[in-house]
Amino acid sequence: MANSYELTDVKKYFGSKATTVRALDGVDLTIAENEFLAIQGPTGQGKSTLLTLLGALDRPTAGKITYDGRDLGALPESELAQLRAAEFGFVFQTFNLIPTLTAQENVETALVPSGVSAEERRSRALQALADLGLDDRATHLPSELSGGQQQRVAIARALVKNPRVLLADEPTGNLDEQTRDEIVGLLEKLWRERGLTLIVVTHDSWVAARAQRIAVIKGGRVNTPEQVASS
Amino acid sequence: MFFTYLRRELRRRSRQAIVVSLGLAIGIGLVMTVSSASAGVKDAQTQVLHSLYGVGTDMTVTKTASVGSFTPSHFGFGGVKGTGAVAGGSKISRNVLHVTGGDATLPSSDVTKIASLSGTKAATGGLVLTDTSFSGTLPKFSFSGGTRTFTRNFGRHGGGSSSSTSTPSTFSGGSSSFNINSFTVTGIQISNAGVGPLDASQVTKGHYFSTKDTDADLAIVSASYAKTAKLSVGSKIMVAGKSLDVIGIAASNSNSANVYIPLATAQKLSGLTNDVSTIYVSATSASNVSSLSTSVGKVLPGSTEQTSASLANDVTGSLSSASSLANNLGRWLAIAALIVAFLTAGLLMMAAVSRRTREFGTLKAIGWKSRRIVGQVMGEGIALGIAGGIGGLIIGLIGSRVISGVSPALTADVPATGGFGGGFAGAAGTPPGGFGGFSHHHTASASSILVHLSAPLQGGTIALAVGLAIAGGLVAGGFGAWRASRLRPAAALRSIG
Repeated sequence: MANSYELTDVKKYFGSKATTVRALDGVDLTIAENEFLAIQGPTGQGKSTLLTLLGALDRPTAGKITYDGRDLGALPESELAQLRAAEFGFVFQTFNLIPTLTAQENVETALVPSGVSAEERRSRALQALADLGLDDRATHLPSELSGGQQQRVAIARALVKNPRVLLADEPTGNLDEQTRDEIVGLLEKLWRERGLTLIVVTHDSWVAARAQRIAVIKGGRVNTPEQVASS
Repeated sequence: MFFTYLRRELRRRSRQAIVVSLGLAIGIGLVMTVSSASAGVKDAQTQVLHSLYGVGTDMTVTKTASVGSFTPSHFGFGGVKGTGAVAGGSKISRNVLHVTGGDATLPSSDVTKIASLSGTKAATGGLVLTDTSFSGTLPKFSFSGGTRTFTRNFGRHGGGSSSSTSTPSTFSGGSSSFNINSFTVTGIQISNAGVGPLDASQVTKGHYFSTKDTDADLAIVSASYAKTAKLSVGSKIMVAGKSLDVIGIAASNSNSANVYIPLATAQKLSGLTNDVSTIYVSATSASNVSSLSTSVGKVLPGSTEQTSASLANDVTGSLSSASSLANNLGRWLAIAALIVAFLTAGLLMMAAVSRRTREFGTLKAIGWKSRRIVGQVMGEGIALGIAGGIGGLIIGLIGSRVISGVSPALTADVPATGGFGGGFAGAAGTPPGGFGGFSHHHTASASSILVHLSAPLQGGTIALAVGLAIAGGLVAGGFGAWRASRLRPAAALRSIG
C-alpha cells in the first residue's frame, strides 16, 4: 500500500516566545493511501491542529509533511488552495454549512473553485445529496434540517468533488447516539466504496474502534494506544 | 453562485444592510443637494452677471482710468477769453456724450485680439456712455483762473445717480437755475449679436437693429426709460445734440442702459472713433472662463476682467450669504456626513466579516481562494454602495426639488462704480470763461438685483453621486475584504477544536 502522508518531526507552535503553546511537538506519522485512521486524544492536545496540517490549511512551524510526495510546507498558497479544492474533503463537528444557502447550494460551493459550470454543479450536487438520501431536502436551508441531515449535507459537500482524502473533525460530536451510528456507518461505507483515505479526529472510542488504526496524540506527540496504555 | 450568495447574505443581514445603505444614502444625498444648491448659486451669479452685462456674456473686460489720466468731457460755454466773468443772465444749453466715469477706453482692435484667443467663443465691443445735457441761465459770479471748483456756490449738484437711472437735476447759483439731465447710452456692435448687453430677444416692441444700421441714427430705449421719458417706437430722442429715431423698446432691469445705439454712431457722437469701453466675451465653455480671463489679462495688461466668479467676490446680500453657506457650511457638512457614512459602512462590514470567520474559513478549507472570498465581500460592499447611491439620488432629487420649489429670493447687492463721471470741466485750452474743473466722479449707489435660487440637478452632480456610491461600496467592501483576506483557513477548524 502506497503512502499518502509522511510526517517527520512535525512541530506546530502558537503564540509569542514568552507564551508559546506547543500544539504539536515532534510528530512522526505515516498514513497509507486508502487507510481509515482515527486520531484520538484529550482536549487541547493538538488533534485538530494535526488535521489542519494534513488538510493543508496551515503550515508546520518545523518538520516536514509530504502528501503524495509533495511538501505541504513548501507549496505556495495557490497550490495548497488547489489541493484543498481537488484532493481534500472536510467534515466538521459543527457542520459549518453556509446558513443562507440551501442544502444543494452548500454542496455546490465545493465545486465553485474547480470552475465547474453552473449546470454541472447543480446536477452533481443533487446526485451527491441523493447518494446520502437527502434528495428531498435539496432546497432546504440548514436551519430547516436536523443535525444528522446537516452532517450528511456536509459529507455530500466534502465528497461531491471526489476527493482522495476525507478529513473529519469530530463528525459525530454534535449528534445523538443513533445518528452517530448512522453517520459513522455512512463514512465507513463511502471509505470502502470510494477507496478514500479517511482520517477522523474523535473523542469517541466507539467511533475510533471502527478505524483500521488509532493514533493517540498526547503532549504534542503521536503514540499508539499501547504506548499510551503502557505509559 | 456569486449573486445568489450575495443576495442571500444581504437579506440575512438586512437590518445592517439598511443601516449602511441609509447612511451612504444620506451622505450622498447631502452632497448632491449641496452640489445642486451650489450650482443654483452659480446660476444665480451668472444671472446677475448677465443682468449686469448682457446675454451670453461670461466675462467683461474694461479698463479703469488711471489717476490723472482721466480727461473729462466738458461743456464749452465759449465764454470770455482770459480772465473775466461770464455774463450774468446768459442762457446756455449744452449736450455732451462722454464715457461713463471711471472707465478708460480700449481700442476696437482689442476686441479682435480677444476674439482670436483660444477659449473665446465670441467677443463684442460696447461703448458705455452717459449723455448729459445742461441748460439754464448763468448766475452772476466771477472767478479767475483756468480751473476752479465752484461746488461751494451751488446749493447742491445733481446727477449723482447710478448708471441705470436718469435724474434730471436742478441746482442754482445765485439767482440762476440750471437743469441737468443725464441718461446712459450704450453703443453696441450689431454684427455680433450673440453676446453683449442687448440682443433681439430683449426687444419687446418695435425691432432690433438690422445689419445695415451699423452707423445709423437709430436707438432702442429700455422700457423703464421709455416710460420715464415718455418715449415710444417712432419717437425721437436727442443724444449728444443729435436726433435719433426710436425703433424699439427693450425689456429692462435695474442695470440696463437707458438707450442703446449702434456702436459706430456712439463712437461718432462721442468723438471716440475706434474706441470701446467694455468688451463682452463669451467663452467656449464655462470651465475655461478662468483660464480665458488669465489669457485676456496677458493680452491686455492693466485690464479688468469680470467673471461670474469674480463678481461673486463683489456681491453682498443674501446671494453672497447663500454662496458662502453652500461653499462653506454646506460643503463641510456634506463631507462630514459622507465620512461618517463611509466609516460606519466600513466598520459594520468589518464587524460582519469578523462574525463570519468560520464561514470564510470553511470556504477556504473547501478550496476557495482568498481572492474569491475578497471578491464576494467587495461585491456585498458595492451592492450596498449601489443601494446607498440610489437612495442618495432620491434624497438629492428631493432636496433639489424642495429648494427649486421653495425658490428662495436672493438679493445681490452689487457696488456700482462710475456712474455720472466726467462732468463740467474747464479742460486744457478751454477758455477760462468756462466752468472750472468740476470733475464729478463719484461712486454711484449699489444696485440690488433680485434672483430666485434654484437647485438644478446636473449631469455632473449625478455622476458625482454614482462615483460616491461606488467609492462608498469600495470603502465598505474594502474594510471587510481586508479583514477577510487576513483570515487564516485554519481558523475554521480551530474555532471548533
